[in-house]
Amino acid sequence: MNIYVCIKQVPDTETKIKLNADQNGIDTTGIKWIVSPYDELAIEEALRLRDKNPGSTATVVSAGPVRVVEAMRTALAMGADSAIHVDLPESADNNWVAKSIAGALKKESKFDVIFTGKEAIDDGAAQVSQLVAEYLGIPSVTVVLGTEYLPSGVRCKREIEGGSFEMVEASFPLLIAAQKGLNEPRYASLPNIMKAKKKEVKTLKPSDVGTSEADQKIRYKNFQLPPPKQAGKKISGDPAAQAKELVRLLHEEAKVV
Amino acid sequence: MSKVLVIAEQRDGRLKRSTFELVGASAAAGNETHVALLGEGVAGLAQELAHYGAKKVHLAENAGLKFYTSEAYSKILFPLIQSLSPSVILASHTPTGRDLMPRLAAKLGVGLASDCTQLTFEGDQIKVRRPVYAGKATVEVEFLGSGPRVATFRQNALGIPKPDTSKTAEISTTSVDLGTLATRVIEVVKGNSARPDVTEASIVISGGRSLKNAENFKILEDTADVIGAAVGASRAAVDAGFRPHRDQVGQTGKVVSPSLYIACGISGAIQHLAGMRTSKVIVAINTDPEAPIFQLADYGLVGDLFAIIPLLREELKKIKEH
Ligand SMILES: Cc1cc2nc3c(=O)[nH]c(=O)nc-3n(C[C@H](O)[C@H](O)[C@H](O)COP(=O)(O)OP(=O)(O)OC[C@H]3O[C@@H](n4cnc5c(N)ncnc54)[C@H](O)[C@@H]3O)c2cc1C
Repeated sequence: MNIYVCIKQVPDTETKIKLNADQNGIDTTGIKWIVSPYDELAIEEALRLRDKNPGSTATVVSAGPVRVVEAMRTALAMGADSAIHVDLPESADNNWVAKSIAGALKKESKFDVIFTGKEAIDDGAAQVSQLVAEYLGIPSVTVVLGTEYLPSGVRCKREIEGGSFEMVEASFPLLIAAQKGLNEPRYASLPNIMKAKKKEVKTLKPSDVGTSEADQKIRYKNFQLPPPKQAGKKISGDPAAQAKELVRLLHEEAKVV
Repeated sequence: MSKVLVIAEQRDGRLKRSTFELVGASAAAGNETHVALLGEGVAGLAQELAHYGAKKVHLAENAGLKFYTSEAYSKILFPLIQSLSPSVILASHTPTGRDLMPRLAAKLGVGLASDCTQLTFEGDQIKVRRPVYAGKATVEVEFLGSGPRVATFRQNALGIPKPDTSKTAEISTTSVDLGTLATRVIEVVKGNSARPDVTEASIVISGGRSLKNAENFKILEDTADVIGAAVGASRAAVDAGFRPHRDQVGQTGKVVSPSLYIACGISGAIQHLAGMRTSKVIVAINTDPEAPIFQLADYGLVGDLFAIIPLLREELKKIKEH
């Protein structure tokens, strides 16, 4: 099986976001970058599927500035076999990213299963997985917390609202977007981190994968930090007085109950 | 004024509140508001859309639309959009909308603004803002090139207008030919929760590590049930096994935007704030007056949640009985 896993490098969740001078992006100096947490689940799933099917390969793919190679090294250290980097500017939108990843995959001899996280925790748009599948013309199942591999495809447990889930079957080749609960991602061991440094990372330009700036369909502008919250009201007294006053304020002032 | 198409969502014979938000926002701005309603046996829901301002409902009914799949929905919606040529297409950022809209946008050759929290109409264009970096910043989305403007909205972000039950809509039935499909929903396994989903509820009461065990969450549940609230949790409470992951609020859980969020014994870590900072009114109950959650709270109660919550429940009951 030829297995691919698409990952994104994102700022660590602790990062304090500062805007750049033009307010058209963030100031990236000093940011600690990590693999987006849902993508770790995707990597783990790809590795497990590869190991269950001897002769298979797991290739990690990422589109973005050169820094994303560092995230792919993490995936290689976890056990991925090789990596493909599509060199795109920091400001590339989901559409350009997805079309570039799809373009890179189309150059491969074949693909059976593609894994992604259910969303990246920086942009939170949850677009790239379905867009990649759309550009490849294959089915996708998103927000997946369980998989059962069948001869012709995969039966996925997909989370929907209200604690319900769906059992969805799709045939190969297909894309699966991972939700927490799918597995417990492994940590990279020190020897594997060393080994990962020697694994192949192939870099492609947009023109190699048939995309260009014309594939950028949206742009983020006029960045703002959330307005500082006005100091709230402290409600004091004994618990009975606090409860009573809170309900009065929620009812009469905030009008939310 | 522009021609707007709202993609309706229904489950178990009921329309989603978030659909009413979109229809209401479009109609309030004076737009010619169309709604696409897909499903099996859903015709009876069409007039309810009119109460929120829908002018015309495009109805597609088929056994193959009983459960959502992007494939089946796209087969209906793509031709509908081409013949209707709306200038704006709106959907909710729900499990369905998130899955469907990127594919539809790609088929239309346009970009998609996801998970927006602000919307204004300007001629046949829309102006939208959305949170990025887990709500640590917001951005305006500029659409490049031509074609319909497509956006999905966070549930509860726009608010629901008062329905006008005297209004009716024109109904047009869309023909359905699904052909063969590569994805099939084999079954839907219902959650056993009687309470609303955290992303849908207009009130969420969340508990943290300090609840100490799963059983203690009952005091939050009992209080939630008085006001029809959902029960959420911090990651610490989920990791400790007190609640399932689907109830986790935060950067690696659900993002919620209710009209009221009550954080009980939650410290207010940056990753938790990411999931609830767009809530309209925030209440924090915490023994530690220095807890970061108080910086975001509209109403702060320094105290023991085990003492306050049962009393809060009694006070809420009194209000509800009036
Ligand atoms: C990559 C990453 C992703 C994360 N994603 C999320 C996420 O999605 N959601 C999330 O919530 N967290 C997330 N976290 C974890 C986050 O950093 C915090 O650890 C977590 O939110 C803390 O949960 P808590 O507030 O319940 O616990 P604590 O931080 O331990 O706080 C407990 C609070 O309860 C108060 N307290 C104790 N007893 C009482 C009492 N009797 N009455 C009232 N108050 C009391 C204490 O004063 C304290 O403030 C993430 C972390 C990382 C690294």
